[in-house]
Amino acid sequence: MGWAIALHGGAGDIPVDLPNDKRAPREATLRLCLDLGVAALNAGRSPLDVVELVVRELENCPHFNAGRGSVLTTDGTVEMEASIMDGTSKGCGCVSGLTTVVNPISLARVVMEKTPHIYLAFDGAEAFAREHGLETRDQSYFITEQNIERLNQAKEANRVQIDYTQPQPIKEQVIPNSEGDSQIGTVGCVAVDRNGNLAAATSTGGLVNKMVGRIGDTPVIGAGTYANTICAISATGKGESIIRNTIARDVAALMEYKGLSLKDAANQVTANAPKGTVGLVAVTDKGDVAMPFNTTGMFRACAVEDGYSEIAIW
Amino acid sequence: MAKWAIAIHGGAGVDPNLPEQRQEDAKRLLSRCLQIGVDALKANKTALDVVELVVRELESDPMFNSGRGSALTAKGTVEMEASIMDGRGRRCGAVSGLTTVKNPVSLARLVMDRSPHSYLAFDGAEEFAREQGVEIVDNSYFITEENIGMLKLAKEANTILFDYRIPLPGADTCSASVGSLVPDTTLQMNGLPISIYSPETVGCVVVDSTGNCAAATSTGGLMNKKSGRIGDSPLIGSGTYACDLCAISCTGEGEAIIRSTLARDVAAVMEYKGLNLQEAVDFVVKERLDQGQAGLIAVSRNGEVACKFNSNGMFRGCATEDGYMEVGIWE
Repeated sequence: MGWAIALHGGAGDIPVDLPNDKRAPREATLRLCLDLGVAALNAGRSPLDVVELVVRELENCPHFNAGRGSVLTTDGTVEMEASIMDGTSKGCGCVSGLTTVVNPISLARVVMEKTPHIYLAFDGAEAFAREHGLETRDQSYFITEQNIERLNQAKEANRVQIDYTQPQPIKEQVIPNSEGDSQIGTVGCVAVDRNGNLAAATSTGGLVNKMVGRIGDTPVIGAGTYANTICAISATGKGESIIRNTIARDVAALMEYKGLSLKDAANQVTANAPKGTVGLVAVTDKGDVAMPFNTTGMFRACAVEDGYSEIAIW
Repeated sequence: MAKWAIAIHGGAGVDPNLPEQRQEDAKRLLSRCLQIGVDALKANKTALDVVELVVRELESDPMFNSGRGSALTAKGTVEMEASIMDGRGRRCGAVSGLTTVKNPVSLARLVMDRSPHSYLAFDGAEEFAREQGVEIVDNSYFITEENIGMLKLAKEANTILFDYRIPLPGADTCSASVGSLVPDTTLQMNGLPISIYSPETVGCVVVDSTGNCAAATSTGGLMNKKSGRIGDSPLIGSGTYACDLCAISCTGEGEAIIRSTLARDVAAVMEYKGLNLQEAVDFVVKERLDQGQAGLIAVSRNGEVACKFNSNGMFRGCATEDGYMEVGIWE
């Protein structure tokens, strides 16, 4: 059988009239990442290598909410998180609270391969990154004008929200839609090689205006990322919702325990989550691909060895 | 009217040679905490309230590895984590990297009830704690003499040690060699001879008289862990899970629990395969924990309770409305 790959740059309220200057660079990056992933799979690289290198590329792109271009905390800082999982061994690596590590996904992989632990966070993770010589840059490297703007708008919206004195349910944090930029971002990649080995990786800057120290679904195995010998999943959307619904694990669980196909499992999981909160990409050991979302759009791309490929937003 | 049920644990993986006195002390603590939960259930408290108050009690006692009595990081400090989940609505809250919060499980609940998020960690969590006015103490409050001694041994053995409660003869000097004190090297837990491994994490699961389930888990984590290491206890779906069908809290080798999303899987096989609670618990522990040692406690909305472990023993207690009440350590 042939390989398959799917990747995403975040699901959210992306309006169909997204201006070209915002749309073009993202589509270009999706295309670049897809090509890189495909080339690596054709060269016989392991799925773990493939998902890592694709997510690194997405992290380096300032237009997606991961690595450079991460959204900002309420303090105007960057706190990045990521996780990676090897479907064959079920090994996993997770990191949170990174502030200077250029490629969080690579640190997650080092945690998986070089420590007896699975998850390192904040100061401990930063120290670990230095011990292992990962590339680090000053905070300013990660912060973009766009994100400073997003943060200002979010703070303004919350201020306005309070002025209206409408009792909002506390979890309904209002995030304004600044020209359709996907506010609910994250990047991720899943891949299966010719031998049916699977891997998944997800990386993010989190939620705009999040509390310092807030951890979302991305580094939580079973929520934002999951891989076993049957399928690999990377999710994106409202972190709090993805955690409670154990989105990534549920896609695999429906296949394993209820015998559903990937398509049915993935659709059921996204349909059951509150509207506008979830999107995911998934592949199986048989080379099936699914990319459902219940938001307006999701930046995504996929390819299978027999030649089919797709790059899409809505 | 549903029937209530409650289960608690104080960790999985126990030395078969644990001194009688230690066993009695542990069982006494388990009985006391179980009774507190039972009394609260009889007074019609909600499942969520009960799991919180029982875990607070377990955190406050230095015997088990959570709150006071937590295992120490490589730096000799305490970093605690916890999570709580309300089966009704599947709301959840989690915290990691706490150093001064007296009751981590209560802060996890506040994250769930009073913040827009589900999980807060380290400095951000500590700041939130102060904003919320929870009880704050110095890090030294959580550190016990025993654990200081254990950390020394762990460093000498240069390996991760889960926890240690048994004073080894001759272990009062730094140069005490771990190897020479280990009588039985055949039984292991996370690469350590079980005689110098002792279980970690505490937890509680409850179904109340309205049929609602809740779960809570709390821990200091691994002895000699790297600062910043997060285990399974604060991870929803791994160490803790609750939905309208059931509630689960796990303990044991954290990495194994995460890989197998143990808590979620119990509920998933009930939901998707139609297994009942005991079948689900048996299946998950038998089939899902490949190469890992762990245990779990679970309740269902029907008032059933189940405990299972593939490790050598698990400190636990269960009680149901029928009058059944039992604490135990071994199989």
